[in-house]
Amino acid sequence: MNAIARFFAMGGYAAFVWPAYGLAVAVLGGLALYSWRRYRASQRALAEIERHRRR
Amino acid sequence: MNERRRRIPDPARGCDRDAADGRPSLRYKKRFGEGGFRRAMLSRFANPARFMRLSAVLLPWCAGLSAAIIALGLYLALFVAPADYQQGEAVRIMYVHVPAAWMALLVYLFVAVASAAALVWRHPLADIAARAAAPIGAAFTFVCLASGSLWGRPMWGTWWVWDARLTSVLVLFFLYLGYIALVNAFDNPDRGGRAGSVLALVGVINLPIIKFSVDWWNTLHQPASVLRFGGPTIAWPMLAPLLVMAAGFGGLFVTLLLLRMRTALNEKKALALRLGGAAAPARASRRPAMSPAAGR
Repeated sequence: MNAIARFFAMGGYAAFVWPAYGLAVAVLGGLALYSWRRYRASQRALAEIERHRRR
Repeated sequence: MNERRRRIPDPARGCDRDAADGRPSLRYKKRFGEGGFRRAMLSRFANPARFMRLSAVLLPWCAGLSAAIIALGLYLALFVAPADYQQGEAVRIMYVHVPAAWMALLVYLFVAVASAAALVWRHPLADIAARAAAPIGAAFTFVCLASGSLWGRPMWGTWWVWDARLTSVLVLFFLYLGYIALVNAFDNPDRGGRAGSVLALVGVINLPIIKFSVDWWNTLHQPASVLRFGGPTIAWPMLAPLLVMAAGFGGLFVTLLLLRMRTALNEKKALALRLGGAAAPARASRRPAMSPAAGR
């Protein structure tokens, strides 16, 4: 327990270290998520158009 | 005049002008049929259909590999790497900050090279690649600036100073934003692409300024300790996690680049199909808009 608390305290720099990591995860992860969702949407739209054309 | 000769003066076709500056085209026409040299180069390096096939195979591998490398890098950075004798645990910000800074510069270089290819050779994937890469570079630059600010507060006693390194990186961030705004500001995507390409190429001057700003001017920012003459001055237990994180960020860039380029090509194809014409997707992606002579 003590070791975990010490890890999260980051030697007193917790208020700087964790926001830095959190921000990196949020920004890069957010971009990845947005890019992925837009990719799926583009695939769905394309499949829809090609289904219509085949009829 | 037959159909083929009428297309000769079309500037967009470049090397295809077989009758005028003949030889390459005649030679390649035997092997590659109508379209000559330019089509041969296109089909070899820049065929959107080939890119779609190749990237479909590569994408899951890139995604899995970069996720694994980033996970390893985070483990090394947070659990294995030692605390600094001066900075204590705050030095762990470095493992996010420095790779993000490297990627910010590298991605900009990529955007600039792709822009040059789009301007000079009208490489059909180059403009798409540059547009796809720019937001990724902007994200890395933002992470670099924000983590640097969070590192500066405890170490320098300030969130921000207007010195050479910090200001030039902020300019880089604005160059990214300016590029993204510019390429989307035109109704004609070709014009937007050209304007953005020129901006990206002019902005390259900022890259050496960023790199050498810590040597040219007095600054709070420390000088280079990894990419410097005479080798790194940083100890291996700290250098290893740094390099692993850099590799992970590089993999993330490639993954997102492929993903976003595939998205752009999908959207382009969907648009071409919606506008009609069975042969439209291939032609449209190869030669977007303007072919004054061919249409007449």
